[in-house]
Amino acid sequence: MIITKQKEFSSLIKSISEGPIFIIGCNECATLCHTGGEEEVLSMKKTLEEKNIKVTGWVILEPACNLQKDKLLLRNHKDNIGKAKKILVLACGNGAQTVGEIIGDIDVIPGCDTLFLGEVKHANDFEKRCALCGECIQDIFDSFCPVARCPKSMLNGPCGGVKNGKCEISSDIDCIWDIIYKDLKKKGQLYRLKEIQKPKDWSKSIQTRRTI
Amino acid sequence: MVNISNLEKILSENKFAVTAEIGPPKGSNPNKIKTKADFLRGYADAFNVTDNQTAVVRLSSWGGCFILLEMKLEPIMQITCRDKNRIALQSDVLGATANGIKNILFITGDHQSFGNHPGAKGVYDLDSIQLIQVVNDMSGQGIFQNGEKIIAGKPEVFIGAAANPFSDPFDFTIDRLEKKINAGADFIQTQSVFNLDKFNLWMDEIRSRGLDTKIHILAGITPLKSVKMAERMKFFVPGVDIPDNIYDRIKNSSNPQNEGYNISLELINEVKKIKGVHGLHITALFWEDIIPDLVKESGLFPRP
Repeated sequence: MIITKQKEFSSLIKSISEGPIFIIGCNECATLCHTGGEEEVLSMKKTLEEKNIKVTGWVILEPACNLQKDKLLLRNHKDNIGKAKKILVLACGNGAQTVGEIIGDIDVIPGCDTLFLGEVKHANDFEKRCALCGECIQDIFDSFCPVARCPKSMLNGPCGGVKNGKCEISSDIDCIWDIIYKDLKKKGQLYRLKEIQKPKDWSKSIQTRRTI
Repeated sequence: MVNISNLEKILSENKFAVTAEIGPPKGSNPNKIKTKADFLRGYADAFNVTDNQTAVVRLSSWGGCFILLEMKLEPIMQITCRDKNRIALQSDVLGATANGIKNILFITGDHQSFGNHPGAKGVYDLDSIQLIQVVNDMSGQGIFQNGEKIIAGKPEVFIGAAANPFSDPFDFTIDRLEKKINAGADFIQTQSVFNLDKFNLWMDEIRSRGLDTKIHILAGITPLKSVKMAERMKFFVPGVDIPDNIYDRIKNSSNPQNEGYNISLELINEVKKIKGVHGLHITALFWEDIIPDLVKESGLFPRP
C-alpha cells in the first residue's frame, strides 16, 4: 500500500490561499491510512468552511490512480468542479497527478505527502517494505528487503552503526540486517549471507511505463 | 616484490604499524592540514585524511592527500559510498593513484542525516564490500565494474577497510570482516577501542578463524580530551562503545585531559600485546598534537 501523510494544515492553507475548493479523496490506500477517505475529506471540508473557505463539493475516487475510472466519476461532478478555483486532492502523489491530467484548467493541490510503499502492521501503524527498485532480490535475504529497509541499502550486512538491533539513524528503526541475521540464524542458514552480493543493477528502477 | 606503499612495506615485514588521522578543515586553507602534518611527521607511517566524516562538509580527502604528498608524507585516502556512485568512485580511484596516492580506505560512510546537510540525498549505489571488490578487480584483473578492460593503466591500490568490533550482531561483524577480506581488503582499521574485553573477544574469534593471517588489523585508538567529548562519543556517536568504567574515570578526574591520555596509553599497551593486532590507528579528534607523546611513550618511536 502507498503510505501517505496529510500535510500540515498551516502549510496547506498557504497553497490554497482562497476558495472555493473542490475536494477529492481516494477509496483505497488513502482511506486505509486515514489521509483521504470519506471521513478525512468531510473533516477537511468542515475545517476549510470554518476558515470561511467555500467548498463546492467532494468525491472519493475509486481509486484515484485509475485514469479512466476517474474520468467517468469526475464527469458527474463537472458543475461543482467548475465552480472551484482549486482542487484539493487527499491521495498519493499519483492520485494528485491523475486528477491534474483530467482537470487541466484548475490548479490541483496535493493535500498529502507520499511517504513509502509499505505494510499495514496494525491499524494506524505502517512500515516501509519496498523501494520499487525494479528487480526483486529479497529471496536472497529470506523475504526481507534491505534495499528498502536499510537507509544505506546495504546488501552485504549491516554498517557499523547498529546498536542493540536499532539503526544508527533512529532508535525507532529496527536494523533490517539484525532481523535478517537472527532469522537465518534461527533457521541454521547463516551460510546464505557469506556470499558477496554484487552491485545492484539500478537501471531496472528507471522504467516509467509498462504496457501489456 | 615491490611494495605498493610504505604502509604495506611495514605491515608485510611484520612490523607494528602506526597510522594517524588528520581531519581536514571546514574550509580551503591548506595550512590547517600542513600544520597538523608537520607536527605529526615521523610519528606515523601513513596518515588518513577523512572523507567528510559524520557527513559534515570538509576539504575533500583527495585534496588533503595531495597536500600531504607535496610534503612527502604518505596519505591514506578515504572514500565513502555515501556521496558518489560507481562512476565517480572508480574515476576517483584512477585520479588518486595517477597522482601518487597508494593507500585508499573504503567505507560505506555515516548516514547523511547525522551531518550538517541532513537534507542531502545519499547515494549508496555500492556498499563498502562491493566497492572493495570493484577496486580489487580494477587493480588485479584490470577491469571496471561493468567488466570492461581498463586500457590506460591499472590502478595499484593498497586497499583499506573499516571494522567495528563493538557493533551488533557480534558474530556478524566478523562475517563481514571475512567478506571484506574475500572482496580484496589488505588492511583494516577498527573503530576506536575503549572496551578492551569486547575487543579481546573479537580478536579471539578473528584468530580462531585464522583471519589475522589474511589481513593486517590496526586497532583504533582515540584519546578522550574532555568529559564533554567522552559524553558525546559515549552517547551520540554511532558505533562507539565507551564502557562505564572508562567514562567514570574521565568524569571523576580532576584533570580529564590527563586521564584521557593515560587511558589511551594503557589501551595502547594492552592492544599491542594482543596476538593478531598488527598496528594502531590513532584518531585524536581535535587533539592531533597529543599523538607524538602517545607514540613516544608507548615505545613506538622512532618509526621504521
